[in-house]
Amino acid sequence: MSSTSLPGTTESDPVALPLGELHEMVSGGVHSTPKKYGGKYTVTLIPGDGIGQETSSAVKTIFKAATVPVEWEQFDVSGYTTADDNTFKQSLESLRRNKVGLKGILYTPVSKLGHTSFNVIMRKDLDMYASISLVKNIPGHTARHNGVDFAIIRENTEGEYSGLEHQSYPGVVESLKIVTRAKTERIARFAFDFAIKNNRKKVTIIHKANIMCVWTGVPDILTLSHRYHRKLGDGLFLRTCRAIHEEYKHSGLEVNDMIVDNASMQMVSRPQQFDVLVMPNLYGTIMSNVGAALVGGPGIIPGCNIGREFAMFEPVSRCGGGGVGEAGGEGCRHVGKDIQGQNMANPTALILSSVMMLRHLNLDDYANRISNAVYKTVQLGRVISLTSSPSPFQHRTRDLGGNSTTTDFTLGVIANL
Amino acid sequence: MFLSKTTSAFRVAACSAKLNAARSISTATPSTLTEAFSACQNANGNYEVTLIPGDGIGPEISRSVKHIFSAAKVPIEWDEVDVTPVLKDGKTAIPDEAIASVKKNTLALKGPLATPIGKGHVSLNLTLRRTFSLYANVRPCRSIAGFKTPYENVDTVLIRENTEGEYSGIEHEVIDGVVQSIKLITKEASERCARYAFTYASQVGRDRVTAVHKANIMKLSDGLFLDTCQQVAKEFPSIQFNDVLLDRACLHVGVGFWGAISGRRLWNVVISAHYMPAIHIHVYARPLYTRRLPPTHALHLPHPRQIVEDPSHYADTVMVMPNLYGDILSDMSAGLIGGLGLTPSGNIGREASIFEAVHGTAPDIAGQDKANPTALLLSAIMMLRHMRLYEHADNIEQAVLGTIAEGKTLTGDLGGKSTNTQYTAEIIKKLT
Repeated sequence: MSSTSLPGTTESDPVALPLGELHEMVSGGVHSTPKKYGGKYTVTLIPGDGIGQETSSAVKTIFKAATVPVEWEQFDVSGYTTADDNTFKQSLESLRRNKVGLKGILYTPVSKLGHTSFNVIMRKDLDMYASISLVKNIPGHTARHNGVDFAIIRENTEGEYSGLEHQSYPGVVESLKIVTRAKTERIARFAFDFAIKNNRKKVTIIHKANIMCVWTGVPDILTLSHRYHRKLGDGLFLRTCRAIHEEYKHSGLEVNDMIVDNASMQMVSRPQQFDVLVMPNLYGTIMSNVGAALVGGPGIIPGCNIGREFAMFEPVSRCGGGGVGEAGGEGCRHVGKDIQGQNMANPTALILSSVMMLRHLNLDDYANRISNAVYKTVQLGRVISLTSSPSPFQHRTRDLGGNSTTTDFTLGVIANL
Repeated sequence: MFLSKTTSAFRVAACSAKLNAARSISTATPSTLTEAFSACQNANGNYEVTLIPGDGIGPEISRSVKHIFSAAKVPIEWDEVDVTPVLKDGKTAIPDEAIASVKKNTLALKGPLATPIGKGHVSLNLTLRRTFSLYANVRPCRSIAGFKTPYENVDTVLIRENTEGEYSGIEHEVIDGVVQSIKLITKEASERCARYAFTYASQVGRDRVTAVHKANIMKLSDGLFLDTCQQVAKEFPSIQFNDVLLDRACLHVGVGFWGAISGRRLWNVVISAHYMPAIHIHVYARPLYTRRLPPTHALHLPHPRQIVEDPSHYADTVMVMPNLYGDILSDMSAGLIGGLGLTPSGNIGREASIFEAVHGTAPDIAGQDKANPTALLLSAIMMLRHMRLYEHADNIEQAVLGTIAEGKTLTGDLGGKSTNTQYTAEIIKKLT
């Protein structure tokens, strides 16, 4: 059923694509593909809080200009009020129907009385168990590190985000982290499949099952008492990933593992060594943000959440909530509340996420056109300087050192289509 | 209780929480929690400090610290002890003499320790942490002039709760293939850690404490940590308090603060800028000067207001956070300035404080005079400040940093060709 009428639906040869081309495929045999009605796909769109409206209208404009056969079903859910519960439910229903969605970031209050994260509920409810973020240099943008190109694959439905917490005695709180073999197996399979499909060479398992002994290679989890660190939980994760790797032996994928604190240190000093990383939930939060920092901020990191049936594409910097200590909760950061409505947000992350979505829908041609246009726009954008003379091609937003508006940038992308 | 295995750690925590529940948070005096240093001088007018040289390169780097300290005439007498673990009642334990020494001196300097392999051994570091209830781990990271990394002007201080949280050690396999681990957050442990963070901030002249948390997801556990920090903050009116989500902290610290645009210049611009009204479609034909400069650097920079209050964001704050976040972020910060070989660390406890080098034992270069003693030296300098021997600390610090900045006499790991002995001699030469 999937768009066979369109040319170029086969995966293009990554080598032939220009540098920085976003060619990651996330969908595969195990995932059901959305259906097309009247020649068009219907996609649920949740712009999200903060800069969501601006960035998603950028995406809509670009899709229109590129005549992408996608129709939007938009739900303006907001994490700031609980009054939006109904809209939220409708958006979930729509997502169940359409099987694919594009989403900005929803704010999550820090307060104990506040609602549970909509972002988390959505992932759990629709069992979108894998989260992918692609960390890659954008050509033309000078970042601290060059040659960075890795994918972070994160288990989305258990771990520290189980939401199981209780106060067993006043002043004593227990929070459960759950690790199960079944869920670890499927995330590990997902990671290996992803690596093979995208022609990647190495998978790094990130864990905190201290410590592989340097002398004997015997895992510490076997020899030492399990009383320290997270030997059982992360040990199960590590062992399961390794066991799944056995099934993938024929693929020639290289597999190693790294303790999360070391991995974060390696990531800021030698990020080029990573290719695909697979990890439990919380470590994903940390690593994807560190990763985003390496190549130029969350404004350019696309991502998606995917399960067997549903896929939702969203930028990586997905956790809202800000300083409650700041006079009345001045608002959230990652949702970009501070620059909301000022036409200065960088829509790149959402556009690139929508490109991933197009590939998921097998609309590779459109995906290529749009992602090329985005990269070209960033590349032509003025190289960091707030004072040099203006040129007509200044299509970079502030976070990348330019001073374009969101509108500017969008028009730039359209011009480059 | 639904847990089949309730470990003693949990019971202890639960009991002490019970004992302390009645106590109001503000009645505990800071001194009982943070001033572990006994400050007793011996007959010669010197302070006695326990020295645990450690394994691998430990003895060499401890020797150079001793040389430098005696050359700088620091009033310290070292009490060298061996902590090779013994098995007591089937459990790993530190020899009694070592415990007695640390208890008496309330201070120790420790080289890297290898955890022995074999059934029944808990890591020595953990044993030390438990024995002396070292509840807070202090990890400052400052860019070192002369050693270039992609990140400049890093200057962070991170304090990590060291006794509970994700590393409570309470775990069990419910059924085959399903593991539950408990992250334990207690008010008591959070409180003493937070209080130490504020005390430390005022000691080192930072005017802000920032709690790093994930309370939007872990509303109860991280929420308790955050609440406690907020309450403790009230006792320190001269120090500001704010909090930041773990995500943002990672992003900021990882950006090496401001991505490709260097900090201060941008801030100056940003502070004076105004918001610009919505821009029309034809705007890009307009010349630059009619546009106002952006108020903020899009997504990953703080709000302008915060910038005004806090220009360098993490350079004048002390971050405080639960165990796991601290574990990861402290090593990441170390990565920013060039690795664990250049970062000091201090473990603050109720009964004693242990300052240590957190790098490994490097058995491959042990005994070859190639090791770099900088991390242990910087930890020793931190210890001197803890002992309020500020002048000695400053003197040795300038000698160490001067030697690295000069770049002539560096060990192999810093890209030089000198031996540890030469490096040590050079530092001694630079002492005033």
